[in-house]
Amino acid sequence: MIQLTHLQKLEAESIHIIREVVAECEKPVMMYSIGKDSAVMLHLAMKAFYPGKPPFPLLHVDTTWKFREMIEFRDQRARELGLDLIVHINEEGVKAGINPFDSGSRLHTDVMKTQGLKQALDKYGFDAAFGGARRDEEKSRAKERVFSLRSAEHRWDPKNQRPEPWRLFNTRKRPGESFRVFPISNWTESDVWSYIALEKIPVVPLYFAKSRPIVRRDGALIMRDDERMKLLPGERVENMMVRFRTLGCYPLTGAVESEAATLEAVIEEMRNSHSSERQGRIIDHDGSGSMEQKKQEGYF
Amino acid sequence: MDAIAVDRATGGETAPQTAVAPSIDGAQKSLLRFITCGSVDDGKSTLIGRMLHDSGVVFDDQMEALEKDSQKFGTQGDRIDFALLVDGLSAEREQGITIDVAYRYFSTPRRSFIVADTPGHEQYTRNMATGASTAELAIILIDARKGVLPQTRRHSFIVSMLGVREVVIAINKMDLVGYSQQVYDKIVADYRELARRLNFGNIVFIPISALEGDNVTKPSAAMPWYRGTSLIAHLETVDIKPSTAADGAFTFPVQWVNRPNLDFRGYAGWMTRGRIAQGDAIVALPSGRRSTVARIVTYDGDLSEAVAGQALTLTLADEIDVSRGDVIVSANYSGKPRSLIPARILWMSERPLADGSTYLLKLGTAMAQAKISVSRAVDIHTYEEGEAQRLNMNEIGIAAITLDRPIVASEYGEDRELGGFILIDRWTNETMALGLVDSSLSPKVAPDTIAQVVPAGLAGRLTTFLAADLPLRRQTRGGIFQRVLLGYAPLAVIIGGIIGALSGSLLLGLGVAVANVVACALLSLWMQDSGMPVDESRLRDEANVDGDGI
Ligand SMILES: Nc1nc2c(ncn2[C@@H]2O[C@H](COP(=O)(O)OP(=O)(O)O)[C@@H](O)[C@H]2O)c(=O)[nH]1
Ligand SMILES: [Mg+2]
Repeated sequence: MIQLTHLQKLEAESIHIIREVVAECEKPVMMYSIGKDSAVMLHLAMKAFYPGKPPFPLLHVDTTWKFREMIEFRDQRARELGLDLIVHINEEGVKAGINPFDSGSRLHTDVMKTQGLKQALDKYGFDAAFGGARRDEEKSRAKERVFSLRSAEHRWDPKNQRPEPWRLFNTRKRPGESFRVFPISNWTESDVWSYIALEKIPVVPLYFAKSRPIVRRDGALIMRDDERMKLLPGERVENMMVRFRTLGCYPLTGAVESEAATLEAVIEEMRNSHSSERQGRIIDHDGSGSMEQKKQEGYF
Repeated sequence: MDAIAVDRATGGETAPQTAVAPSIDGAQKSLLRFITCGSVDDGKSTLIGRMLHDSGVVFDDQMEALEKDSQKFGTQGDRIDFALLVDGLSAEREQGITIDVAYRYFSTPRRSFIVADTPGHEQYTRNMATGASTAELAIILIDARKGVLPQTRRHSFIVSMLGVREVVIAINKMDLVGYSQQVYDKIVADYRELARRLNFGNIVFIPISALEGDNVTKPSAAMPWYRGTSLIAHLETVDIKPSTAADGAFTFPVQWVNRPNLDFRGYAGWMTRGRIAQGDAIVALPSGRRSTVARIVTYDGDLSEAVAGQALTLTLADEIDVSRGDVIVSANYSGKPRSLIPARILWMSERPLADGSTYLLKLGTAMAQAKISVSRAVDIHTYEEGEAQRLNMNEIGIAAITLDRPIVASEYGEDRELGGFILIDRWTNETMALGLVDSSLSPKVAPDTIAQVVPAGLAGRLTTFLAADLPLRRQTRGGIFQRVLLGYAPLAVIIGGIIGALSGSLLLGLGVAVANVVACALLSLWMQDSGMPVDESRLRDEANVDGDGI
């Protein structure tokens, strides 16, 4: 008797979800944010439609402040896999000069990411967007459905969510409404890394420790990825051995000091770690319940 | 895929790769999904919070936040309130209750766990059922001070109905009854009595204190009289037997037909039960066409065999027509496609179910229109059945479901995934109910109702038309229309028939058409008047699908 392991069960469940969207929705898209969760989700999509290719494009909402290595990696992955990649930038935000330094993390994220995402979904008329969010990331995500219905205005109503017994998803919606679908809802950070190792999934090298140009600011280690980051009085750039546990806009993503330069070392380090991955994400700390509020506003 | 972190083109580093597989965390671990149930304040959140904490998945920064929150919202004075680790949405934090199913994750060196934390109130029966639907084990909490309560009976019933066979009765707050063995023994005896009427396979009793940690992750020094294992030790080692069906067959609902090019036609889906091998004889249902499994295709290479739970793509030796909603089964599958399904249903919507209403039914990957005839309801406290023509939210009924076409449905007791279904309101798209196929029930089928007298497509077109053109509808009253409609439709058909018989077939057609128009007009007015939302574009779609010819 074949006994399925924990990861095999998670994999099968995710593939099932991805296929269900393709079978039932008209115009799906996969949000590709370049991080490890996206890497796993994309790999699962490759598996779901093998020997064919995933029958939907990838969408990256580019805030123009991502690490350069992320952008290189993104373009290379799309090329290697032969997939369509749509890159959307909120040009209005760019014109208005929104940036994480002067506008603050909240406004920047809202305009460049949240609004940008809505623009892209409306522009192309996607009716289902896969996202790589996991329920273990944050308390309010623990209750997120796999198929999360959004109004035509992209709002999420936590009181009006459909029950999802077994593997049965109610995929009906009215014109204008759309779904956010989270195929790796049930994965943990540890599952994601184990799977990346097991399946040899390529990830952005920023996850591995290396000497990088770091500025200490407000207690966080910020990598100065380009000249747009102006040094404040008293600040200087130091080369430090660091890596990142999550990836986002470089000015908003704190590095951790680490010697873990290989996947095994990263997994080992994570197992002994005492802080959560979201700690490095500056946008989460706007107060308790803040992620919940962002979701109601349409943030992924 | 060759190396990890391939980034050669850009000069990025490549993480050195070694034979990591055998040591990868999770690569060998098994998975256990369980649900926790108990009434408000029995200690569910505290118990889960403690399990998360003791298994080391709570990070320092979360611990810090927890300490702060404990001061602010905690119920344990200055002590850490583990419940706050798991109580998520701000609304419920303020109210101090859990209002939805929340999923939690933790693992020990032996197993990974997915916990469905469900609310205890009666008004959340539906949430508990959802959590139980995928659970392999249930932890039912009992407050040692209170013993077996009506809620305990209710939770046990739902868990049993949803097919959970492995149960742990965690008798909590033992610290508040002086860790007394008498109290424990009495509750065990009471529960055994209750459980006689349920369908559990194995029941394990564990006296615990979620707050103090007794018998949660380690044995309790305060209860030397208890010789069993701690809760975690039990969860780590309990053996979950897959549900088996007498026929030993496999079933594979087809999700999607994979046609990347002209040379490949595969059926993507997953095994809900059994074991499949290359060369096996299969039958595609409902068509009944036969073939054999040519290949079991996966991204990681073809498999020679596969088991329940795996997501696969099958190719068949013969070109037979199979599409989404069909089920590929082994030749020894004992079921057959059916359009009458006896079932238990749990009503989940605030709008009650009336006997004879129609909904969309989704089971596996199949979707059909379903008319629900409800004849009995089950009292989840006494487990007694009584007559019923209606189900309110959180009530459980026994129903006969008539489908507009035959689908493949297995017995829920043998296969949860091909025996469980949901009902969807086709106007609001709300998920109204979950249901479990059970052929041992013998519910009555209700006589035909309006929904069947009037073709849906006609209703749609007319509603659209009337919504725009008939100002009168606002003043009308629902009840009248229903009665008028029921009276008029057949009458109009008869009149049409008489005219037809007298004057030849052209007029007969006209007569029937007139009857339809009248009936539909009335139906749509009635629907709008009784507050049913009417979505025009949906109606247009439905009108097209039905391909009627007004
Ligand atoms: N003394 C004692 N109190 C407990 C125990 N477990 C939970 N509590 C307390 O009971 C109250 C309700 O607990 P909670 O976990 O929120 O219950 P839930 O409503 O089932 O999630 C809280 O004040 C807990 O601190 C226990 O084992 N012993
Ligand atoms: Mg609770």
